[in-house]
Amino acid sequence: MSRLLQTPFLPSVTLPTKTRSSVTGFRVKPRIIPIQAKIREIFMPALSSTMTEGKIVSWVKSEGDKLNKGESVVVVESDKADMDVETFYDGYLAAIMVEEGGVAPVGSAIALLAETEDEIADAKAKASGGGGDSQAPTSSPPTAAIEAPVSVEKKIAAPPVSVKAVAASAVHPASEGGKRIVASPYAKKLAKELKVELAGLVGSGPMGRIVAKDVEAVAAGGGVQAAVAVKEVVAAPGVELGSVVPFTTMQGAVSRNMVESLTVPTFRVGYTITTDALDALYKKIKSKGVTMTALLAKATALALAKHPVVNSSCRDGNSFVYNSSINVAVAVAIDGGLITPVLQNADKVDIYSLSRKWKELVDKARAKQLQPQEYNTGTFTLSNLGMFGVDRFDAILPPGTGAIMAVGASQPSVVATKDGRIGMKNQMQVNVTADHRVIYGSDLAQFLQTLASIIEDPKDLTF
Amino acid sequence: MQSALSLSFSQTSLPLANRPLCSSNAAPSTTPRNLRFCGLRREAFGFSPSKQLTSCRFQIQSRRIEVSAAASSSAGNGAPSKSFDYDLIIIGAGVGGHGAALHAIEKGLKTAIIEGDVVGGTCVNRGCVPSKALLAVSGRMRELQNEHHMKAFGLQVSAAGYDRQGVADHASNLATKIRNNLTNSMKALGVDILTGFGAVLGPQKVKYGDNIITGKDIIIATGSVPFVPKGIEVDGKTVITSDHALKLESVPDWIAIVGSGYIGLEFSDVYTALGSEVTFIEALDQLMPGFDPEISKLAQRVLINPRKIDYHTGVFASKITPAKDGKPVMIELIDAKTKEPKDTLEVDAALIATGRAPFTNGLGLENINVVTQRGFIPVDERMRVIDGNGKLVPHLYCIGDANGKMMLAHAASAQGISVVEQVTGSDHVLNHLSIPAACFTHPEISMVGLTEPQAREKAEKEGFKVSIAKTSFKANTKALAENEGEGLAKMIYRPDNGEILGVHIFGLHAADLIHEASNAIALGTRIQDIKLAVHAHPTLSEVVDELFKAAKVDSPASVTAQSVKVAV
Repeated sequence: MSRLLQTPFLPSVTLPTKTRSSVTGFRVKPRIIPIQAKIREIFMPALSSTMTEGKIVSWVKSEGDKLNKGESVVVVESDKADMDVETFYDGYLAAIMVEEGGVAPVGSAIALLAETEDEIADAKAKASGGGGDSQAPTSSPPTAAIEAPVSVEKKIAAPPVSVKAVAASAVHPASEGGKRIVASPYAKKLAKELKVELAGLVGSGPMGRIVAKDVEAVAAGGGVQAAVAVKEVVAAPGVELGSVVPFTTMQGAVSRNMVESLTVPTFRVGYTITTDALDALYKKIKSKGVTMTALLAKATALALAKHPVVNSSCRDGNSFVYNSSINVAVAVAIDGGLITPVLQNADKVDIYSLSRKWKELVDKARAKQLQPQEYNTGTFTLSNLGMFGVDRFDAILPPGTGAIMAVGASQPSVVATKDGRIGMKNQMQVNVTADHRVIYGSDLAQFLQTLASIIEDPKDLTF
Repeated sequence: MQSALSLSFSQTSLPLANRPLCSSNAAPSTTPRNLRFCGLRREAFGFSPSKQLTSCRFQIQSRRIEVSAAASSSAGNGAPSKSFDYDLIIIGAGVGGHGAALHAIEKGLKTAIIEGDVVGGTCVNRGCVPSKALLAVSGRMRELQNEHHMKAFGLQVSAAGYDRQGVADHASNLATKIRNNLTNSMKALGVDILTGFGAVLGPQKVKYGDNIITGKDIIIATGSVPFVPKGIEVDGKTVITSDHALKLESVPDWIAIVGSGYIGLEFSDVYTALGSEVTFIEALDQLMPGFDPEISKLAQRVLINPRKIDYHTGVFASKITPAKDGKPVMIELIDAKTKEPKDTLEVDAALIATGRAPFTNGLGLENINVVTQRGFIPVDERMRVIDGNGKLVPHLYCIGDANGKMMLAHAASAQGISVVEQVTGSDHVLNHLSIPAACFTHPEISMVGLTEPQAREKAEKEGFKVSIAKTSFKANTKALAENEGEGLAKMIYRPDNGEILGVHIFGLHAADLIHEASNAIALGTRIQDIKLAVHAHPTLSEVVDELFKAAKVDSPASVTAQSVKVAV
């Protein structure tokens, strides 16, 4: 039996069916195939005749551990049972490619085994290089991650954790002035799952303890103060797993646009911008109803005014248009999809009107009452995931426009200054995707330089 | 009634069969180090006394018949022999004492049982029985709350809720009912129930209250109480033991459970089902230290990780202060090895489930020169008490938690029966390796015999080979029909002669499934024989059947089994 099981691809492995499928070979050897001189892949073994994929229950060994032939390396859960998987070879567990809890199809690589310690690094590189057929991110052409939706109310900043921590712990009576974190077991579990840092949270439980809902709020909202955004994400309705769901009209439209975008040759240029001044400005005028989205749109529009080519669009592949107005579209996640309300003439409208206009558009978008000209006249698009703590990402160019800018979170960073000192600055990363038929690298570079100077010295935004 | 009578006949012929229905819920867990399951050493586990409802009823009937038929000459409770007031005096009316008393009557002994508290002892009043009531509630809550599970059945249930007082009442009503059954069963048979605190005055002489009586043989069955380590202040409200927890006076948002053995695990099941979050504090490096390592690993993945439970291992709770003046319960943790302070927890309540301590103070043991060991009364394999000089004390026996051999209710009862067998002239030594144990979480854990490490150690010493067979609930039709495929059964055996060394089950109704294995061990049945026995299909019992069939034994089936087959 166990010999049969070692050949995972034999579909003819016959186990006595009825209920009597006695699972004897509990210790199953993995198939290990040399892929390179001395780095071997450990495959997901077929532990039963009906098994098509297996879940990694736990790694008995960790990366870097020495393995002896016959030792258990990993526990795999099949459709029938959990089994220890042993190694056939001596060596070092160089890289784990499927983490605990992950699922991999039978026969796909789940880890790499290096023969000597020196080869661990090679193997690691290999693992992250994504040679594997099963998983590992494909580094194929600029397919780009599908542009993620962006939600409405925003901070550029994901919660500046360290800063808040001080403030929060001061009001936390249960933690000896912030020396310790008092969080309930479930809150801790959730925090780990949702990757939320407990250290700066204000607990709402008994005696200031952090409870599950505090963690959920943060995970959904990107910060305690970004409570507005929370609703949309949290309210994700129950999803029925395994069901086939036809596209809604909106999803259909998004899908068409995304596919169409593949006909445009795009490229990307990124830039890191210091936001201390912008943050300070925002703080000052927030009370007047100014939103961060409006500030960003305004700054972008001012930069676009100086670089009209970035605001151009090429539709037929033979000519392009320098758009007469600067209309900044901002991607917004709404229930069931994604829409891009447009701030028209964002370079000319003052920041307060722009903020009001934005609020109006968002309300309309939520109520699904946007008129076509309010969402399809954009000449440049902004997409912001900063409120989720995303520090950089990559957007897909909407057809009919020249460029889109992906805005990451502003985070406190340690930076070396020109005078040789080390300082702390809030920085955010932006990444512009553009149509290379009309917009070239130097165009984007100059545009970003201008944008950075506007954001780093934002007095022009409130003229 | 008719059917009860007919059933009872079959029962009388098998005096042992129906006894230990109630297994301990509660067992210590963690008092670190030496509390490991599997009693052989003095390691605690469990409660004492009890009896299960239906079995009690049947037994009443059966005993009556027995008495009137066989012992009519002795007028119910046998005639006292010679100059003694009683043939047998039992100190402590828990499950152990009760089991011994019923068997003594059956053997025609004039029997008295002394109880200083309530009949039924820990098991019935503060242990297995009420905890099973709470666990029955938690099992249903779990099912109802698990929408995914319900949906998989095609069922729709609106939000499940509970009434704390209602749940608590269910537990206390059950305890009352079982206690009455127990009392009535003894009264009906003519056991003299004497009320007062019993103590040994000298050889064959016992005092209770102000009265002194003599007995030919004496059994000490005083049981145990929750063990509370030093530094822990129990207030009964926010820092509690199982005694308080079973009353379910509150369901705290966050409760720390000190000890991850049977008691701790079962309560974590109850509390998390009722909405609490739980933090385990375990002195050993691993949770569930008493169980077979493989079982505890799986159990942790099912019973701990997905639930609202976190844990600290390798730490002692060196100080626990109850909540007062608006402050939460404070728990100071120190490293179990280095004793250095490690952490402080602030929780709403703490349950001390660090095991149980024998209740042997004030028993007058000094009168007969018996020195307890950590409170336990030393006994030999026949439960005969050993005095300070290593000599047997004539006519004095100790059973149950008080001797610490195996702190389980049904073990106490079995020991009591074994003693009665001896004093009535037939030598009897109880095989503790055949006594099953169970933990009634959802799903349940059960075991009998040795764990794999214990078996391997023994094999090394005695020079035999050990093999392991395993089956999964995922391959069992009935389990899958119930959408409860999570589970594992594991058998440790000798491939040379087919002897079963231990069986461990984690899965749906594991506590009920273990008896096939424990009976096989008790009767010495070998795998090659029992694997030929037939199991109904589809049943959970097929998990055990698979286990036997998966074993690879070198010896052929014995002749008897084959001849039986031919005869049929």
